[in-house]
Amino acid sequence: MEKNYVVLAKQVPDTKKITGKAMKDDGTVNRAALPAIFNPDDLCALEMALRLKDQYGGTVTVVTMGPPSATEILRQSLYRGADRCILLTDRKFAGSDTLATSMVLSYALKKIKNISIILCGRQAIDGDTAQVGPQVAEKLGVAQISYVQEILNIKKNTVKIKRIIENGYAVQEAPMPILMTCCSTSDAYARPCSAKNIQRYKKVASYSETVQKYMADGTPKEEAFKAAKNYIESLPKERSPIEEWDISTIELDEALCGLGGSPTWVKQIESVVLTAVDHKHIPATNEGISSLVLELIDDHILD
Amino acid sequence: MTTTSTKPEVWVFIQHEDNTINETSLELLGRAKELAVKRNGISATVILGDNIRKIISEISSYGPDKVYFVRDKRLEQYQTTAYTRALNDLVSLYKPEIFLFGATILGRDLAPRVASSLRVGLTADCTDLQIGDHTARGEEFKNLLYQIRPAFGGNIIATIINPKTRPQMATVREGVMPMPAKNGKTSSEVIEFQPELTDTDFIIKTIKKELTEKTVNLKGSNIIVSGGAGVGSKENFDLIKELAHTLGGEIGASRAAVDFGYIHHDHQVGQTGTTVRPKLYIACGISGAIQHLAGMQESGKIIAINKDPDAPIFKVANYGIVGDINEVVPKMIKAYRQRGVL
Repeated sequence: MEKNYVVLAKQVPDTKKITGKAMKDDGTVNRAALPAIFNPDDLCALEMALRLKDQYGGTVTVVTMGPPSATEILRQSLYRGADRCILLTDRKFAGSDTLATSMVLSYALKKIKNISIILCGRQAIDGDTAQVGPQVAEKLGVAQISYVQEILNIKKNTVKIKRIIENGYAVQEAPMPILMTCCSTSDAYARPCSAKNIQRYKKVASYSETVQKYMADGTPKEEAFKAAKNYIESLPKERSPIEEWDISTIELDEALCGLGGSPTWVKQIESVVLTAVDHKHIPATNEGISSLVLELIDDHILD
Repeated sequence: MTTTSTKPEVWVFIQHEDNTINETSLELLGRAKELAVKRNGISATVILGDNIRKIISEISSYGPDKVYFVRDKRLEQYQTTAYTRALNDLVSLYKPEIFLFGATILGRDLAPRVASSLRVGLTADCTDLQIGDHTARGEEFKNLLYQIRPAFGGNIIATIINPKTRPQMATVREGVMPMPAKNGKTSSEVIEFQPELTDTDFIIKTIKKELTEKTVNLKGSNIIVSGGAGVGSKENFDLIKELAHTLGGEIGASRAAVDFGYIHHDHQVGQTGTTVRPKLYIACGISGAIQHLAGMQESGKIIAINKDPDAPIFKVANYGIVGDINEVVPKMIKAYRQRGVL
């Protein structure tokens, strides 16, 4: 039977770009200055799925939950070689914590038949929780392997992987279906977008994203709905592999997602503001540095 | 609230391997005891395995009120699904108020699965835990666990609460809580629990393990010399290593330096690496992303070397040197080597 690999991906603000330049004068982050990117670990998961497809055949489906604009990472997945994409978007999903997010994702995955391996990033760089993967696996009742660095092979119904453990690595084997969370030490691990696929898929969009684009151009709401519907219908079917699902598609009880389905509440958020300490300015000269070294020796900080 | 337990219990999952307890578990036990006192409750540890009397007696010497010993020969080796089932059943029976895990690789694999099976909230990678109240929409919640963690690349600190579900679960970062002292008493009450497990809970087979000896000791070093993106190349990073060796210190790095492949992740200081408190921290070519600063700003003295005079790293530094590390670092090495003659 053909293998089906499903990748769970997230669009995130590029928190690595937070440098002095992305800070406001009051010391808080200027989020608008941060580009939205494909979460790095998820890109690694996608690459692993694509390599499995290259080697063993099968299909790669990418699922993301997020606002309509998250469609961008689905297009990027198509450019890299994914076969099918699903955008999970609904206002009722907003405010979901990891438990509620894993609920939404697990209900969506139940609608996808015959999954062999679910691959997700180990963690997303905006929250760094690493919780959603294991929580999806638990809800689906499948086993999980986290911190996977390499998929070694698939033989019959068994997948063999190399993963990080405390103080080292382990090689493990598990029967499918299984969920794995993937991480890579190199951002360059993922293949680039192919020019051919960009040509093929650049016009592909999700309905909600298209509505937003029309509305951003000043089109009134009702007209934007109509225009978006027409646009999506005008796309040739074989070239529009992005589906959009909402809460009714996945048949999830509203009480189990969003803020209401989230046991964790945010009590307080504080921006980290650096309070400057007075520092001694040391000139970058031989004399300046020598006297600093001697001062540290005098203070018994250096031996 | 359950009627079977009279006092709220604060639990810590004890991670162990080859008869050694993971340090983070001990750090957590220290805080769990403090939280238990504040809640007028009791502290407890949870240990899974079979032939682990030595571990149990060692953990008892740190003075938890109770030790839950979840016993099954098959639990000697970690297995996510089996551990989840065992902990789920133990929690359902004894109903702790708080359940803490180290944010280790194992803890980050296990805790979310347990929280999901219990349908309770879990906060990842906390750096602090407190007890406090909360009022929302006219409802008052007393004595909640404040789960305090950095987020958004360390630029915000969030306080998370789980007002309505129990246990309140959190994973806590390695090295952020001080190691407790042994108190010598070994009178913890040991409660043995036999979980009901099936073969389907053990489907993942470990074929081999390669343990790399941990040669980097950031937590235990008095002096750390760290390099960042400003170092510029893997070759230039040798300068950082040389300064560290000259001063008798350990080599550190920012996330950017690790991402660029200048050095192995084991050297990473910061929120996604190791939290350090050396006597002296020398930051070379590190601009000072908050996630890095969060992991080193409690150092005794900080020297920052950076070309950019506006780099945020200077805000936490005691000594600032504006300059190119390729010039400043060799001068520093030379100055230290000649210290006797100057």
